[in-house]
Amino acid sequence: MTFVAKPRVHHPQLPLNDLGLTRRDYEGSVSTLCAGCGHDSVSAAIVQACAQLSLPPHRFAKVSGIGCSSKTPSYFLSHSHGFNSVHGRMPSVATGSNLANRDLYCIGVSGDGDSASIGIGQFAHIVRRRINMLYIVDNNGTYGLTKGQFSATNDKGSTSKKGVPNLYAPIDLVSMALQIGATFVARSFSGDKRQLVPLIQAGLKHEGFAFIDVISPCVAFNNHNGSTKSYDYVRGNTGNVIEADFVTPGVEITADYEPGTIEDVAMPDGSTLRLRKLDEQYDPRDRVQALSHVQRAAEEGEVVTGLLYVDPDASDCHEILGTPSTPLNALDESVLCPGSDALERVNASLR
Amino acid sequence: MKATNISDPSYFHKVVDCQWACPAHTPVPDYIRLIAEERYTEAYMLNWDSNVFPGILGRTCDRPCEPACRRVRTEEKPVAICRLKRVAADHKGDISPFMPRVPTKKNGKRICLMGAGPASLAVARDLLPFGYEIDMFDRDPAGGGMMRSQIPAFRLPADVLEEEVDLIVDMGVNATYGYEITSMKDMLAMDYDAYFVGTGAPRGRDLDLPGRQEVDEHISIGIDWLGSVAFGHTHSISGKVIVMGGGNTAMDCCRTSKRLGAESVTVVVRSAFEVMKASDWEKEDAMSEGIPIVNNRPPKEFIHENGKLKGIVFECVKPVDDGSGRLRYVPTGEPDVYMECDHVLMAIGQENHCPWIERDIGLEFDKWDCPVLDEVTFQSTHPKVFFGGDSAFGPENIIWASAHAHQAAISIHLLCQGKDLKEDRPPAGVNLISQKMGVHQWSYDAEHDASQRFIVPHANKRKALDNIKIEVELGFDARLGLKEAQRCLNCDVQTVFTENLCIECDACVDICPMDCITFTENAEEPDLRAMLMAPADNAEQDLYVSEDLPTGRVMVKDEDVCLHCGLCAERCPTNAWDMQKSVIHTPQLGSYAEQG
Repeated sequence: MTFVAKPRVHHPQLPLNDLGLTRRDYEGSVSTLCAGCGHDSVSAAIVQACAQLSLPPHRFAKVSGIGCSSKTPSYFLSHSHGFNSVHGRMPSVATGSNLANRDLYCIGVSGDGDSASIGIGQFAHIVRRRINMLYIVDNNGTYGLTKGQFSATNDKGSTSKKGVPNLYAPIDLVSMALQIGATFVARSFSGDKRQLVPLIQAGLKHEGFAFIDVISPCVAFNNHNGSTKSYDYVRGNTGNVIEADFVTPGVEITADYEPGTIEDVAMPDGSTLRLRKLDEQYDPRDRVQALSHVQRAAEEGEVVTGLLYVDPDASDCHEILGTPSTPLNALDESVLCPGSDALERVNASLR
Repeated sequence: MKATNISDPSYFHKVVDCQWACPAHTPVPDYIRLIAEERYTEAYMLNWDSNVFPGILGRTCDRPCEPACRRVRTEEKPVAICRLKRVAADHKGDISPFMPRVPTKKNGKRICLMGAGPASLAVARDLLPFGYEIDMFDRDPAGGGMMRSQIPAFRLPADVLEEEVDLIVDMGVNATYGYEITSMKDMLAMDYDAYFVGTGAPRGRDLDLPGRQEVDEHISIGIDWLGSVAFGHTHSISGKVIVMGGGNTAMDCCRTSKRLGAESVTVVVRSAFEVMKASDWEKEDAMSEGIPIVNNRPPKEFIHENGKLKGIVFECVKPVDDGSGRLRYVPTGEPDVYMECDHVLMAIGQENHCPWIERDIGLEFDKWDCPVLDEVTFQSTHPKVFFGGDSAFGPENIIWASAHAHQAAISIHLLCQGKDLKEDRPPAGVNLISQKMGVHQWSYDAEHDASQRFIVPHANKRKALDNIKIEVELGFDARLGLKEAQRCLNCDVQTVFTENLCIECDACVDICPMDCITFTENAEEPDLRAMLMAPADNAEQDLYVSEDLPTGRVMVKDEDVCLHCGLCAERCPTNAWDMQKSVIHTPQLGSYAEQG
């Protein structure tokens, strides 16, 4: 807990975005998580990403379940809508929210317990249903709120704080998401905002289900030697396959990349996702290759990060269901109840 | 960039902008905290130790600390440091238990102080506790120097002045007043072990214009006139008064004239309003008393009739910024302006002037007629003679006199002990003391107070203009003092970074409200300044750079707008950040900080 309130005053030269807002206008309340928690860095990355994209800070639906991770929606975008739901049931709430109001940007924040244990069924089905949202898992491999038991994503052989090894193989949410049909799959590390911020931006702009598995160390219970989710281990064993950079429309791209390794992906709103391939052989649009690459690397103890898979032509559940472009919650009675003549016509068509 | 050496005493000293800007290096945040704790006596003594005249300076200081205050950069208005100093002085209790002890058995060394102004008094204060015998001479009938003769009572009441002058004189100074020194040779013949010249800048400048000699009796030199008012020789001024000059003396002259019965008072300045030497608050006070300030009017001629002054002709000019940094004035082409007046007060500057020092005694003067001095030791080319205050480098504020005096006192002490004035000089130092009291507990009030600068109450204007002895500024009462004290950012509680504890979790970067902290690849300073979370455009403020961290990056903190709120340390899981109070040791004879 931190008792000193964060002062409202900000750096006099803090840049303004297109809405005339500073990054500070996208913050939430001061975190009550342990000092040094990776989750706070993820929240800060969301704040940076949204501010840089000049997204209206009140047009978000923030949803979460239970756990340290699920507390974090309080710590960003305090002017937005939020729903802190039941353990593992964030996907249901996210689905309902997105069906009712498709105009809100939907950010779901979950944890490894919330998504890979109690909520694994809901996780699988929200991927399958292709809800247009950004689903972030703050993955620390441990149950921090209950003082450090292994979670379902903890690697086999990784040890507890007292040195006891984990006996079970992990559930890899990235592989699951790829396999069930997520159209945007990435993995990142809370300690690397240079990678994480553009990924969040691209995920928000992706029309379809975007999933980012963020390895986010638990400083209190899983940041020791022997842990495979500690700051040191992740820094020492990370292999980035694709560097993503998000380019807003109208911005000239001047970054000096090595020739031949750049791939620009057009996003639905006219912006560009610029990918820099660090591995020549890797094709981020090949789902099967992505799946095998991730699994092979995991066998070798390497944490693959970056944008692993993206389908730029993805569709979301509204497209599948053929809902109107006006959010359902904005449809008035005359549209929703068109009268008995209309009912007659519908009935007649079914005879 | 190379890693910052935080054990260099000047590094963290610079972060305490107010203390760094203060010539006497008064530990400002320290005494403001004491005021916030209602420990006024201690706050006063901390000031007295460093600047010698807190009550006087709390009313009259030039306040170099205030434009330097970090709050100017984080919002707009500085902490009212000077007025808080006065709060300490106004509310202090019995200070006698804190006064240094002066030995009754003297050390056998005799020191001669020439002039009884702030510089000489401060030298006496520093030397007396070491057993020196101090003889002080002044031509005026009482001590205080220009603080008595040039600062009018409505800015500095006599009892405040006398209390702080007497405090020192009563420590055991042998003061001889009404003693006009006419020959340095005679003084040297008295064979003191050391001499300190603190005779100020007593000669007001005059203007040799057509008509000047003919109307001599209607023209007064500002500082002389103020002196004759202060000592009760002048009680009134009549008719229309023109004050020429744009410094604080001009402001004192015009406001005094207004109180002594002038029919009208006008200040005429040759330069532009913005570049006038007077402090902003002095200008504001004069204008609020209904005194017009006319700028860009250099005088041309005094108009007189039958030996009586009728008025002055002024030329009309305008300032032109030619890019050199100094304004140039060119005629506007408008016809000259004639202004009627019956009396002129000339406040166009003053000089240090020592006609009584013979030029053949081995004491050299430069081409501006200033004594040739060592800037560190204040020793003249005569080994036994030291200078300080306005007589050293020309007119400055009282606070400079205190600062000079501390250095001169060290030099005199070293000289009398047969030591080298430079090699044996005590060094500056810095101590860092953690302020951590427990989990999330700090021994200082870390929370940022967003209050605006509080306005100081003034005396009723009509009453104040009726009586020259009524102090205009009433000062903060205890309640306002506490509120203003809360605005201090505690810049002396430093953010200290320990590389080998850092796990690079970014918690400090995320929480910092001012975006001061960045973890980045190292680079040369100009590049690094552009690479940070927020641009570090203020090159006067240092970057705090760590050694290389395990990821090959460095921690860079821009000191510019840090609020010292302690959130970085609060959110650091490993105590790599700690809030540590920097205690700057400025060498000073007998200072509390240097004893033992």
